[in-house]
Amino acid sequence: MSAATLVRTRPQWTRFATPAVSVYVALVLLLVVGSVLVGARGGMLLDQGGILNILTRSTALGLVAIGQTMVILTGKLDLSVAYLIGLCSLIGAETMAGDPGMILPAVLLTLACAAGVGLVNGLVVTKLKVNAFIATLGMALIIRGYLENAYTGPAGEVPRVFQHLGYDRIGPVPISALLMLALAALAWWFLTRTRGGYHLYAVGGDEEVARFSGIRTDRVVVLAHVLCSVAAGLAGLFLASRLGSGAPWVGTDAGYDLESIAAVVLGGTLLAGGRGGVAGTIGGVLILATLDTTFDDLGVTPFFKDVVRGAVLIAAVALYARRRGLR
Amino acid sequence: MSVTGLTDEAPVVRLRGIGKQFVGNPVLRDVDLDLYAGEVHALVGENGAGKSTLMKILAGVHQPDSGVIEVDGREMSFASPRAAQAAGISIVHQEFNLLGDRSVAENIYLGREPVRRGQVDRKRMEADTAGLLDWLGERGISPRTLVRRLPVAQQQVVEIVKALSTDARVLAMDEPTAALADHEVELLYDLVRRLRERGIAILYVSHRLREVFDLSQRITVLKDGELVTCRPTRELTSDQLVRHMVGRPLEALFPDRADPEAPGEVQLALRGAGNERVHDIDLELRAGEIVGLAGLQGAGRSAVARAISGVQPFTEGTVELGGAAVRIRSPRTAVRRGVAYVTEDRKGEGLALRQSVRDNALLVRRAAFGRRSLGRLDLAALLRSVTVLARSEDQEVRRLSGGNQQKVVLAKWLAVEPKVLVVDEPTRGIDVGAKQTVYELLRGLAREGVAILMISSELPELIGMSDRVIVMHDGRIAGALPAGPSEEAVMALATGHELEAA
Amino acid sequence: MTGMNGTTTTTGAGRRLRLADGTAPVLAVLAVLLVALAFTGPAYSEPAGYLALLKRAAPLMILAIGQYFVIVSGGFDLSVGSLVTAEVVIAARLIDGDEAATLWVIPFVLGFGALIGLVNGLITTQLLVPSFIVTLGMLLVLDGAVFLWTGGSPRGALSESFRMVGREGFDVPLIGQLPWSVLLLTALVVAAVLFMRGGTGRMLVAIGDNQTAVRFGGGHVERVRTLAFVLSGTSAAIAAVLLGGFAGVSAQVGDGLEFRVITAVVLGGVVLGGGRGSVVAAMAGALTLEALFSLLNLLGISGGLESTVQGVIIIAAVAYASVGRSKFRTRKGTS
Repeated sequence: MSAATLVRTRPQWTRFATPAVSVYVALVLLLVVGSVLVGARGGMLLDQGGILNILTRSTALGLVAIGQTMVILTGKLDLSVAYLIGLCSLIGAETMAGDPGMILPAVLLTLACAAGVGLVNGLVVTKLKVNAFIATLGMALIIRGYLENAYTGPAGEVPRVFQHLGYDRIGPVPISALLMLALAALAWWFLTRTRGGYHLYAVGGDEEVARFSGIRTDRVVVLAHVLCSVAAGLAGLFLASRLGSGAPWVGTDAGYDLESIAAVVLGGTLLAGGRGGVAGTIGGVLILATLDTTFDDLGVTPFFKDVVRGAVLIAAVALYARRRGLR
Repeated sequence: MSVTGLTDEAPVVRLRGIGKQFVGNPVLRDVDLDLYAGEVHALVGENGAGKSTLMKILAGVHQPDSGVIEVDGREMSFASPRAAQAAGISIVHQEFNLLGDRSVAENIYLGREPVRRGQVDRKRMEADTAGLLDWLGERGISPRTLVRRLPVAQQQVVEIVKALSTDARVLAMDEPTAALADHEVELLYDLVRRLRERGIAILYVSHRLREVFDLSQRITVLKDGELVTCRPTRELTSDQLVRHMVGRPLEALFPDRADPEAPGEVQLALRGAGNERVHDIDLELRAGEIVGLAGLQGAGRSAVARAISGVQPFTEGTVELGGAAVRIRSPRTAVRRGVAYVTEDRKGEGLALRQSVRDNALLVRRAAFGRRSLGRLDLAALLRSVTVLARSEDQEVRRLSGGNQQKVVLAKWLAVEPKVLVVDEPTRGIDVGAKQTVYELLRGLAREGVAILMISSELPELIGMSDRVIVMHDGRIAGALPAGPSEEAVMALATGHELEAA
Repeated sequence: MTGMNGTTTTTGAGRRLRLADGTAPVLAVLAVLLVALAFTGPAYSEPAGYLALLKRAAPLMILAIGQYFVIVSGGFDLSVGSLVTAEVVIAARLIDGDEAATLWVIPFVLGFGALIGLVNGLITTQLLVPSFIVTLGMLLVLDGAVFLWTGGSPRGALSESFRMVGREGFDVPLIGQLPWSVLLLTALVVAAVLFMRGGTGRMLVAIGDNQTAVRFGGGHVERVRTLAFVLSGTSAAIAAVLLGGFAGVSAQVGDGLEFRVITAVVLGGVVLGGGRGSVVAAMAGALTLEALFSLLNLLGISGGLESTVQGVIIIAAVAYASVGRSKFRTRKGTS
């Protein structure tokens, strides 16, 4: 009853103020404020270096967050990505072992391993009915154990050709960032234009309803986990190309597990699933990267960034919750 | 389409001699059922009579142990709901099967999205949806609207269109009004009538006799898994129907009224009370009486209940409890002042389903009152007095039948010894046997001095139970009637006739 | 089905012996682990060995109590790990080796924990932000703020009396030395069990099951949910006192504790999302986890494989519990 009256009184324009749109508005505002602040100290936020910095920071997180978006849209989450990134960087770098001829096999092997991990995650969640939080946390511990046991530090070597992937750029725009954006576009197409994507949203919206409608929900959840892990594998390969070798803790040091969830949620995707998308996620990633770059330029200690990041995350989700509540 | 015309044509669906057992217990024995194009066929019976099982056999969820299903004269067997859908039989579930964050079209074609060149063909999906809505005469719904933004009644329409979109010719509807607010039921009626005009056969399962008489052309009564009778609706009165269902007449269900000579003190008084839904409500409720609150769908009966109980409080006028003016701003203030509120949505608002009978019975006591502010409670005696049938006090409430769940809800309120009890549709979705228990419990409470305000959409029930009937129309009180008014007198006030005449 | 009449013969005592839903598996696993410990480690042939285990497990078990309150009412608290670190670092900085300061620093630390929980609870209930996000944000804020304050490395030192609770014990005839932490743990266990038996405790579970029913029943839903976060924050503060005493000042003391404690609670059969599980089982989950670590240590399994085994066991235990439970979920009410 009251819902109906609210629908009528709500101004038309608010229809377009979806979370994804507001994220980009916030991003623009942040860039403006950041530019002013940095400018006041005699620097420049969006010079060549600044843009490069923001985009480079965004690439690895963006890759993981695209995958994480898929999983969160189905109402699950993946806490194993951080360790998986480290594992994948090692698999890639060790298989390449400096030999340019091994790049393709190494990439394929890495992604296959990542897909395998995602498959196990998905099967544990769907067939053994283990809560995704626990299932992927368990997987994280398993991978961590392997990494601790088998490695003491960086290993393997990436051939020079492969390093180009991490460092080449067109103007201020890194090739790798473009590849990440291309992947985001592909994910967007998948989510909004294909049956697979439709079913992902359906499972996240209400698994029972999806099942009643004849959707094989287990397959959808497994698929989401596989895609997420493959995306983490790509991030691992990208980081290996930046570092020149594989590093066991490259994913966990940056906290890509919680960071990617934060980016997705910041981008307006509902943690409970069924609503949101990749466009918002990329916006969320860019906001986090811009915050980092701005604070670097301002010379603020890195610890302050965490404080702001936490506050921004809570505030953003509070705003989404408020607006959703009003509708 | 007339009922007499039915016999000329062959039924769309014919069930013959259907039998079904679950782990050795026969739940259906030798049941026949014919469904004709363009008829609403009501299926009624107490809980456990086998209605849902019969419906699920028709929809392919269960397979019968014996008997034959014929569609258009051809014998079929449905291995799955999909197979039944392919034969043109769809089911509209009691609970909504919709995704709030997806559009109308996306919901209707969920799991069956048309694909063109690797992509979902959105244009076709939306055009087909618009076509279906148009065919039904529902022009107010856009295929692109998110379902979350639609009122519940229109969501019900989407649900029905979803069932129709598989080219269904037979729709099985399981308590379709269960989730609807009062004023939305009328919209559903319209839709069902339009479906009928378009030649759809409808199997309509409902506990609400009024709906059955309003909508159906024929009624099949099941009792203990067997067919009692199948008659045209106009040949039956509600008395006869109840007798078929339970084997005794309607009046026998209702306990004796209160002694009109001995009205107690005024427990609740509303003077000029109102909020955005209702206005100028003047009402007195005395200890020991049951006052019925009648009115058409949407007249504001539930809004009054919700205001008294503090869920959506009054913003104007005064409320007096036990003679003292009070401001009720939240459920907590209402509860602590002795107001109990049995909501119409038992599962969503009344019970913590995964908790035990004991924890639910103690819920209000613990939630609203401090440790020692109430006297001792003999829980076992309380549960006995409301005749809850449960394996033990530790049994989870979700395992109980609807009737027993409702008794737990009553127990939870009785545990705090309320002075005013507001009950909204207290017998919705429970079988006739349990209804009678609820009636007796309510009357017993009144005799002990509780003031009861009762809302029900079933007029015979409301009239049979009430010592006075107050009728609402369009958010206001249209008039008050003494005990045992005729249905016509109530309806005249409810529809606003007398207001206009005066 | 029998009527209530038939069941009223069940006495209250008989009822209380019944285990709460989902408790049995974790107790079975725990029993197996304890027996295995007795066979592998000579230290476990007498009570002292088990007391030492309890002493090690006490911080996690206490955290599990707090986390249980939050999870059973339908939330998450991811901030406890950072909170433990923050508390230890703050205490060290404030005390700075000064015995006299201990007296007011301990209450201060407890108050700070409660305050953080209060903030978590208020944001969750008033701003309607999912608690997963709120406490994730709080985790980031605490991490950053503590290091901002200390400049990157913890300074100061804890006093002897501060460390006493986590480190020492007192002599009891027959069983030898009884650690203070075990005594404290026992007191908290009793308090938690009594709390969960009482009205507020039952309200927590009911809220996790159906908030609306509790609100319409006159309950303070927001207040009770906030209380759960406050208790969780306080439990982190107590755990910090024990851990600080046990392990000393370090900036890594709380690392990963949030996940470990949630694991422990879930291992105890408490369902994420709320409404099911008992506090005793949650603590049993924590003890099981610590017993598992001890066993792995005794078996000479190195640090690396330890977490692998932990991961496998967590998944296996939860899988067993959920698949096993669904087997009992038979179809009911056929009409």
